[in-house]
Amino acid sequence: MGWAIALHGGAGDIPHSLPPDRRLPREVGLRHCLDVGIAALKAHKHPLDVVELVVRELENYPHFNAGKGSVLTSSGTVEMEASIMDGKSKKCGAVSGLSTVVNAVSLARLVMEKTPHIYLGFHGAEAFARDQGVETADPSYFITPENIERLKQAQDANRVQIDYTQPVQKEAKDAAATIPNGDSQIGTVGCVAVDSEGNLASATSTGGLVNKMAGRIGDTPIIGAGTYANHLCAVSATGKGEAMIRGTVARDVAAVMEFKGLSLKEAAAYVIDQVPPGNAGLVAVSSTGEIATVFNTTGMFRACASEDGYSEVAIWDSPLK
Amino acid sequence: MTMVSSEAVGEYNRNGVLTKSIKGARRIEYFVHGGMGAWAIAVHGGAGVDPNLPKERQDEAKRLLTRCLDIGISALRSNVPAIDVVELVVRELETDPLFNSGRGSALTEKGTVEMEASIMDGPKRRCGAVSGLTTVKNPISLARLVMEKSPHSYLTTPGAEEFAKKQGVEMVDNDYFITEDNVGMLKLAKEANSILFDYRIPTVGTCGAAVDSHLQMNGLPISVYAPETVGCVVVDKEGRCAAGTSTGGLMNKMSGRIGDSPIIGAGTYACELCGVSCTGEGEAIIRSTLARDVAAVMEYKGLNLHEAVDYVIKNRLDEGKAGLIAVSKNGEVACGFNTTGMFRGCATEGGFMEVGVW
Repeated sequence: MGWAIALHGGAGDIPHSLPPDRRLPREVGLRHCLDVGIAALKAHKHPLDVVELVVRELENYPHFNAGKGSVLTSSGTVEMEASIMDGKSKKCGAVSGLSTVVNAVSLARLVMEKTPHIYLGFHGAEAFARDQGVETADPSYFITPENIERLKQAQDANRVQIDYTQPVQKEAKDAAATIPNGDSQIGTVGCVAVDSEGNLASATSTGGLVNKMAGRIGDTPIIGAGTYANHLCAVSATGKGEAMIRGTVARDVAAVMEFKGLSLKEAAAYVIDQVPPGNAGLVAVSSTGEIATVFNTTGMFRACASEDGYSEVAIWDSPLK
Repeated sequence: MTMVSSEAVGEYNRNGVLTKSIKGARRIEYFVHGGMGAWAIAVHGGAGVDPNLPKERQDEAKRLLTRCLDIGISALRSNVPAIDVVELVVRELETDPLFNSGRGSALTEKGTVEMEASIMDGPKRRCGAVSGLTTVKNPISLARLVMEKSPHSYLTTPGAEEFAKKQGVEMVDNDYFITEDNVGMLKLAKEANSILFDYRIPTVGTCGAAVDSHLQMNGLPISVYAPETVGCVVVDKEGRCAAGTSTGGLMNKMSGRIGDSPIIGAGTYACELCGVSCTGEGEAIIRSTLARDVAAVMEYKGLNLHEAVDYVIKNRLDEGKAGLIAVSKNGEVACGFNTTGMFRGCATEGGFMEVGVW
């Protein structure tokens, strides 16, 4: 028992040769955000507030694909999405297609708390943001030179590009793979937290895919796919959005705990194993303060800590092996 | 041989008629035929029917459901795959103005139509979803194209409509979808300053006998919830399951509001075991991941279709109001709801066919 927190900055084919200038800032960011979350939990903040706070920090940090630093659509614009869920009440909120809202996760929280709905998208979500008076910014705030370059590379290669991956053509093994893309999302951020009373919450935020079609929605804002929390656990997932959606990955971790009686670690490993290799990663905490961080990709940017003093920031070395 | 059983809180008979409609009734129906290798189909036109709905409108709804079942049945008899049957039947429901999808969709606060739909094919769990459509005649077919022709699972406006143009699907002016009935409903909703459930009289009125004015959606009081979404689930002779759901969403909804219908796992789900389409209070369906949970309790708890439907309606909805239809790979069909009624119809290869409201 005791509080626990885990956060991620995306899973995918992260090469072990990732240059220090791209690795170190992310490690620093993860450590900083972890410290922010730990301090909030020590100050007895509710996990819902903690995950919102931590994801806001991750969104504000330009080295991850969410908020400032979001990757660009094929039109060179940003379209951000996010969701948040409270475990005990199962209340949740989600947003898609944001182009000016500085902190998508906070707008998702407002959808949850101030509207009769769960999910608002595009113009409606932007109009709601104006009504609520949340902080907004010009597109130039979100768009970084690195992402302009990523889009250029992706368009040159004529494919949807994964953040940290070299543009290689997918081998056409089956019918699904003949679709010209590499439909992955890396650099998505998320956070899960539990306090010493077993209150749980989860939040996830992303800019989506490099060179994505305008209007494409991934798993991040989908309750049950990218984000889920109930009385047993809180889960934030990341990876190839389409695989996460059809696998209802976040809900399934909770479902196998609930219906099969598995522990959090067993449940997380079981669910990741069901997703085709190279597609998914997730962080999760249980009501009793267990932590699971699993992925079937090369790596996942992640950090976690618990009340007993355990703390870790890592990229590779799957705990599955 | 067909076995029929049903269960509801309230008075009912075993032929599928709830003889006394009571508020908060919960009803599960289950039809079995023959086992493996038998097709089955179910359709719905929304859960949460006004107890005072005029008989003519009920009859009209039953006629449409019957026609859709017949279309599905003849396709199944011709060995059309489940996913194609689902698309075909939902197209028919969208094209008919009666229910809240395609033509006849509920109107947003701006008086426009914004439709959403999703479809899922059980065998490979492939899926497609669309939101915010204003000009696509049959959203379910665009969802199918997202599944098959795009690298993505879910597209929304304006990207979805650009994709629709590229794919050459039939497009029409937004006016095509707007019916006089719905213009009137929107006016009533605006007068009542609420999001209006299709057949519910605004709660400021006098004839809301069984209308609960204390409904909550996402924790906030709201007098109304989701209207007559349509859906279809099919299992074909090969045991392949598929599901599809399509809606115009809530009357007087905020532009940009997304409900459960396009959400895989909430409004629609299909896998190797079953196909499920849900309808009702969208927010309750999303947070309970209702469609996925029917499949999840079958997969992880080992329940059969009937038990799974019963379990989720009893345990997963909390205070929410919703209904669902489901088929299993064994050719079973089930429907369940905790609302006063659900427009629904189902048929099995064994010759069983039922169309009901209460």
